[in-house]
Parts: sequence; C-alpha cells; structure tokens
Amino acid sequence: MADYDIPQELRYTREDEWVRIEGERVVLGITDYAQQQLGDVVFVELPAVGATLERGEPFGVVESVKAVADLFGPVSGRVVEVNATLADEPELVNQDCYGDGWMLVLEPDDPAEVEALLVASDYRQHVKDRAE
Amino acid sequence: MSGLRRTPLFEVHQQLGGRLVPFAGFELPVQYRSILEEHAAVRERVGLFDVSHMGQLHLQGRGATAAVEWLVSCPVASLQTGRVRYGCLCNESGGVVDDVTVYRLGDEHWFLCVNASNIEKDYRWIVRHTPAGVDVRDRSGETALLALQGPASAAVLAACSDVDLGALPRFAFTRAKLGASEALVSRTGYTGSDGFELYCSSADALALWETLCLAGAAHGLAPAGLGARDTLRLEAALPLYGHELDDETSPLEARLDRFVKLGGAPFLGGEAIARRKQTGHAKLLVGFELTERGIARAGHALSHARAEVGVVTSGAPSPTLQKSIGLGYVPLALADPGTRLEVLVRGRSIAAQVVQTPFVRGSVRVVRKEGSRG
Repeated sequence: MADYDIPQELRYTREDEWVRIEGERVVLGITDYAQQQLGDVVFVELPAVGATLERGEPFGVVESVKAVADLFGPVSGRVVEVNATLADEPELVNQDCYGDGWMLVLEPDDPAEVEALLVASDYRQHVKDRAE
Repeated sequence: MSGLRRTPLFEVHQQLGGRLVPFAGFELPVQYRSILEEHAAVRERVGLFDVSHMGQLHLQGRGATAAVEWLVSCPVASLQTGRVRYGCLCNESGGVVDDVTVYRLGDEHWFLCVNASNIEKDYRWIVRHTPAGVDVRDRSGETALLALQGPASAAVLAACSDVDLGALPRFAFTRAKLGASEALVSRTGYTGSDGFELYCSSADALALWETLCLAGAAHGLAPAGLGARDTLRLEAALPLYGHELDDETSPLEARLDRFVKLGGAPFLGGEAIARRKQTGHAKLLVGFELTERGIARAGHALSHARAEVGVVTSGAPSPTLQKSIGLGYVPLALADPGTRLEVLVRGRSIAAQVVQTPFVRGSVRVVRKEGSRG
C-alpha cells in the first residue's frame, strides 16, 4: 500500500473525511488518501456559514482536473466557519490537507455522532481494504 | 482489472507509479505524478506518452489508393509517399465512423491510425467498403506508438536519432533508427504543441521508451498520461471521438470543413454530408470559456436565456489559461464568439461565453498548411 498520512489524533469517515474535535466544535476536511486519489484539486465548492449539514448527505464538491468528488457530512450540524481561501487556492487541499486545506467548522447537533466516527487505526484499515 | 489489455509498456507505467485506469479496453496511466505538471512539461519542454492502444489498419495492393480515397473525407490521392493527412471515415448518412490519420507508405500501401475504442468497428467498416483485391490488415497488436510532444521534442530526437528529424515538415514521416530501435517517425500529435509520433514493433517499445527518456533527461522530459493528453488536446480544440464526434454527427457540424473534400473526389458519406449542409445544420460545435467560477464537464447542459440549447461534449480547467474551458454543441444562431451561454452544473447556472478556438495556440511550427491534428 502506498504511504498515506493518517494522523492519530483525528477522527475519520468511510468517505475519506477527517474531523478534528475542538471543544464544542469540529473542523473537517478530506484525508491525504482522498487528495492523493483525486490528484490536482482545482475547485472546491462549500456551503455558506449558517447552512446545516446532515450526516451522510452531500454538502459540497471537490474537483480535480479529471475527477469530481462529493463531500458528505461526517456528522449533522451547523456551519459556523468556512475556509474561504480555498476558493482562490484550492491546491491547499493537496499541499496541506490536515492544515491550511481544512474546509469547514461545524457545531454538531449530537455529540454521539462525533463519538461514532472512526479512529485512525480503523480508518487505516478501511484505506488498506480498498487498496487491495 | 481483469479483461483489460496491456500495452508493451505496462510494467514501465507501474514502475513509474502511474495511476492505471481502464480506457478503451486498455489499462493505461491517467497520470504519473500530476496532470498539471505533465501538462506544463509538454507546453514548456517535452512529454512522452504511451499511446500504443491506438490502432493501425493497413490497406495494401492494387486499388488500395482508390479504396482509401473512397473511405476518407480528406483528399489522399494527391498525397506523396511519406505524408500524413487527418480525416474522417463517414457513414452513408454523413455521420463519423471514426476520425483518423492517413499515412501513405507507398503507391498502393496506406495505413490509418485509428482510435482504440473503434479498432474492430473500423476494421469491419473498411473491409466492407474495400474491393476484395486490397489486403486489409489490423496491425494494432504488433505495433506500439509513443508520442513525444513539446517544444523540445526535436532536440530530444536530435540527441538519439541517425536522421535529422528536426527538418521533417509537419504532417510528414520517415523511418529512423533511435538508439537500437527502428521506428516510423511522424511529425504529428494530439497536443497542440510541436511533436512527433513514433511507431515501432511492440518488441522494440521498451528500448525506444528508454532511449527517449535517456535523451530527454537533459531537456526535462516527463512521462505524461491520458489526463494531460486530454487537457492538452482540449486546449488545442482537437475533437475526441465519442465526445465531439459520433456516428450521427456530420464532420461539418464538428467544424472539420478543412478535412472534408466537398466538391472534390467522391467519398463514402460525402453526398449525405453535402445534403445536410444544404438543408442547414441543426447544431454546431463551439468552444466556450466560463466567466464565473466552476468547471464544465461532458454531459452538462448548455442554456441561453434560460432555455436549454445544447450539451457540453468536453470540459476541463485549462492549465495554460488558468480558466475553465469546454467544447459543446449549440444551434447555429448561438455559435458566434461573444455569445453568452450558461452551463448547468449541479443545478446551478454558470455564465460562459463562446470564444474562438483553439483556446491555446501552442508552439506548433507550421511548415506546410496541412491537417490539424497537431
């Protein structure tokens, strides 16, 4: 399996998003595996502040030169911050997917949904299963 | 990926870390490191593509020249040995069976380089419309094809060839020895930049690839995949069969007038093409660019004044222009540059306007005004 960065302290979805828990809020983006699979990201479409996300429902789109990928809500919640820089610098998703390439900050509706997200070792296994 | 065919360079693609995807029944690299980097390498320096999936159909024997003249939309009887021309195989209703490059190997010996997805279809079509005395042979399986494309491609060949290939005019070809490999070298391509296509036997493909990589190292040569091939040809507004061209579309609707000999020698489909022209075409291919953020993709609807008027056949971000471009069919009245259109992307309407094509004028060195598959 190719080498993918999967930080220990983050939580994950089967749709290749990462979630960082920061008190009552969560930050989210797409994983290193996802950005490598996509290739050069050239366009990111995100909801506006105040929008609501439903767990498992599409809320935005990431496009690379060749591919279009939906973004799915990792948990239900309200958008409180959007990374507006990605509109002009979508390549940040490739360059720093866990840092400057973050996408949204959410206020989750239900802390239990956050708790149910995958831990790093489970996500690593999920990536490995698909690579084989 | 079972059931997929592999080119003689499959293992090279694996070693280079190419991302292999199914394409036209073959397992081929869509990219190695980055489509954007590979695209830039071709526009600025030189890129090397394995396009061995493309087909080569030979016609040989007395009557071959007349057969080819009847089969393709471009004039060929006037072509000298050692010259290439681009044209279409057309059906009786004036649609396009395939778009091809036609090579004259001798008085009565020709070969057509055809799209991988159409090899069997074209072979059957050609056999059906060629007199029995002409030998029609599919040599796709035993032939490899490498495309060396970009402004430095002539310099790369100068470093490894026994012939002065830099002097080869555009749309001409010759045999050459490159390192230990024999190849038929043609000054053609599908990128809009200067470049060469090199045909060799499958057995020689690996040696030829390595010779070119070695000679290209000093020129910043990068292996390039199908992803960059597609963005490059789109910037040059070169049609892709199955997108801009199909069995229903007239080559004139696709703006290939320069490659259709209306008024010249009769050819298969020519009467229907002329009739359709006289009746008036229902649609015309246009190039457009988005004037708002977003990316148009094949299949998206095109609208004008909120009425749906056509469809996107190809679309991508242009790495050279740093904006979104596309090709699509619209009614004649909306085909003029400057016309406002909208692309419907996921339920949203994004502003676009018709522009002149090609979108990017590459570094093609026009030696003779002939053909467009450059």
